[in-house]
Amino acid sequence: MLQSSRTQSESETNRLDTLYGTETPEGIDLTAQLAGPVPRILAYSVDLFYRSLILLALAIALAFADRAGWGIWLLTSFFLEWFYPVFFEVFKGGQTPGKKAFSLAVVNDNLTPVTWSASIMRNLLRFADFLPFGYCTGILSMTCSRHFQRLGDFAAGTIVVYRERHKDGVALPDVSPAPPPRGLKLQDQQAIVSLTERSSELSSARQQELADLLQPLTGKSGSAGLQQLQGIGRWLLGARREK
Amino acid sequence: MKQKEFEARHQILWQQLEHWLAGYEKGTGAESEVISDLPASYRRLCQHLAVAKERQYTSGLIARLNQLVMECHQRLYQQKSVSSNRWLEFIFGGFPRALREQAQFVWLACALFLAPALVMGLGCYWNDALIYAVMSPEQVTQFESMYDPANDVLGRERGSDSDLMMFGFYIKNNIGIAFRTFASGILFGLGSIFFLVFNGIYLGAVFGHISRVGFASTFYPFVIGHGAFELTAIVFAGAAGLRLGHALVNPGQLRRIHALRNAGRDAMKIMYGTFLMLVIAAFLEAFWSSSTQLDISVKLAVGGFFWLLVIGYCVLAGRQHAPTQSAPHIAAGGIA
Repeated sequence: MLQSSRTQSESETNRLDTLYGTETPEGIDLTAQLAGPVPRILAYSVDLFYRSLILLALAIALAFADRAGWGIWLLTSFFLEWFYPVFFEVFKGGQTPGKKAFSLAVVNDNLTPVTWSASIMRNLLRFADFLPFGYCTGILSMTCSRHFQRLGDFAAGTIVVYRERHKDGVALPDVSPAPPPRGLKLQDQQAIVSLTERSSELSSARQQELADLLQPLTGKSGSAGLQQLQGIGRWLLGARREK
Repeated sequence: MKQKEFEARHQILWQQLEHWLAGYEKGTGAESEVISDLPASYRRLCQHLAVAKERQYTSGLIARLNQLVMECHQRLYQQKSVSSNRWLEFIFGGFPRALREQAQFVWLACALFLAPALVMGLGCYWNDALIYAVMSPEQVTQFESMYDPANDVLGRERGSDSDLMMFGFYIKNNIGIAFRTFASGILFGLGSIFFLVFNGIYLGAVFGHISRVGFASTFYPFVIGHGAFELTAIVFAGAAGLRLGHALVNPGQLRRIHALRNAGRDAMKIMYGTFLMLVIAAFLEAFWSSSTQLDISVKLAVGGFFWLLVIGYCVLAGRQHAPTQSAPHIAAGGIA
């Protein structure tokens, strides 16, 4: 009974979560964070800005070339309108300059790099997403779909994910490792370890508040209790006292 | 094994992979050893991730390994670029085959385009006022002046340096129309239907009216050449759009999203060919159709030849080779 209610609550959180998972042929579950409408709209605005800038610069440069210049300008504007994202998505790892600025990337829905066909498809269908004005259809589709896909993404089978650079080595607090008390459950161990790892992210007052919850375990309060817990955390991660 | 030990033991492999991914592959010999057998290194990495998850190591480590696996996965499963062979195969066989596979949509798009054009054309030919239902009087006079036989230039008024400008204009305008006709098909086919009918009406009106005022001797030689590629391409783009819309309206046994994906693959094959045809059309329209040196009979003959070429190509090309389970499908299967 207890078990079933827990699995249900887990699937509940999965449904709300923006984590996207897929299984590779090697039997590994890969996960990626999906990007929602807001960063994508911002990334689009950056791209729009760059594109307008190019067209404006070109218009000034070609003003002396008269009619042939206009021909080149029209050609450029055609390719910028339809193929600017395709070029970057295929050759630059799924990132247009705007997407790069927000560390987003377009990938196929099995998390492999986006292909020519998929990229062309999703960018041709921009026009349908744009209708009736200002990407209304696309935004509606993104907010209603589970993986934030606009119509073009549905037809091409693509998603937009965050491409995070991993942070090198978490700085652990400088306390001497201490052996944990006996009978610590796995969940408790994980909680202590993650408290230790997040020592640089949380304010010290909040950390002490959290540590005080475990006063029965450590037998200490305030910063002494926190240090005790961090010592246990380091021990659990594999550190030992220097001899 | 504690996490620290685990990390220390495999750190070297991870770092080498990370360096390689960041573009440091031109490093020392030790690095290239790991990279030279990337699949093996990748499998070991996958195993590390699985072990780390199983042993409930910290989220930081799992996130790092997940990131690393994902990036290697992307490199390993990258699609090879399209070889020129496949392009030629597509042009000489794949595209007409794709059209014939979707024949029902091509015919439907054809009807949606030609029926309004015919009605409007005949209407404008018989009735002087009907053209003003779709065009303003200024547009009509502009059109008339373009094709007035008294002019010595055809199409738009132009000097010799403006061929390139018109080429740019035709590319942007005509290919834009075709792309929109296709893209709006995803709205349950309604968009494609609208664009096909709209363009049919507009074109029919121009044809009917120009014939009525008696400029046929300049108008038809002008349009026949590039029309062979342009009008058919618009119809094909509409057919591709209808294929998308049909998948949403009637997905059959599949879920709508999967039906749409399949339709997308079919439609893309048509769109590649359509794009090529429209580039040819824009080229002809800018540099051939507008030429005034050539005799009318030559232009009509060449135009008629283009029509036969396009129709013959769509009907006959690519039949001799039995369609080997076409390569694009295998590639697409790789994505799915």
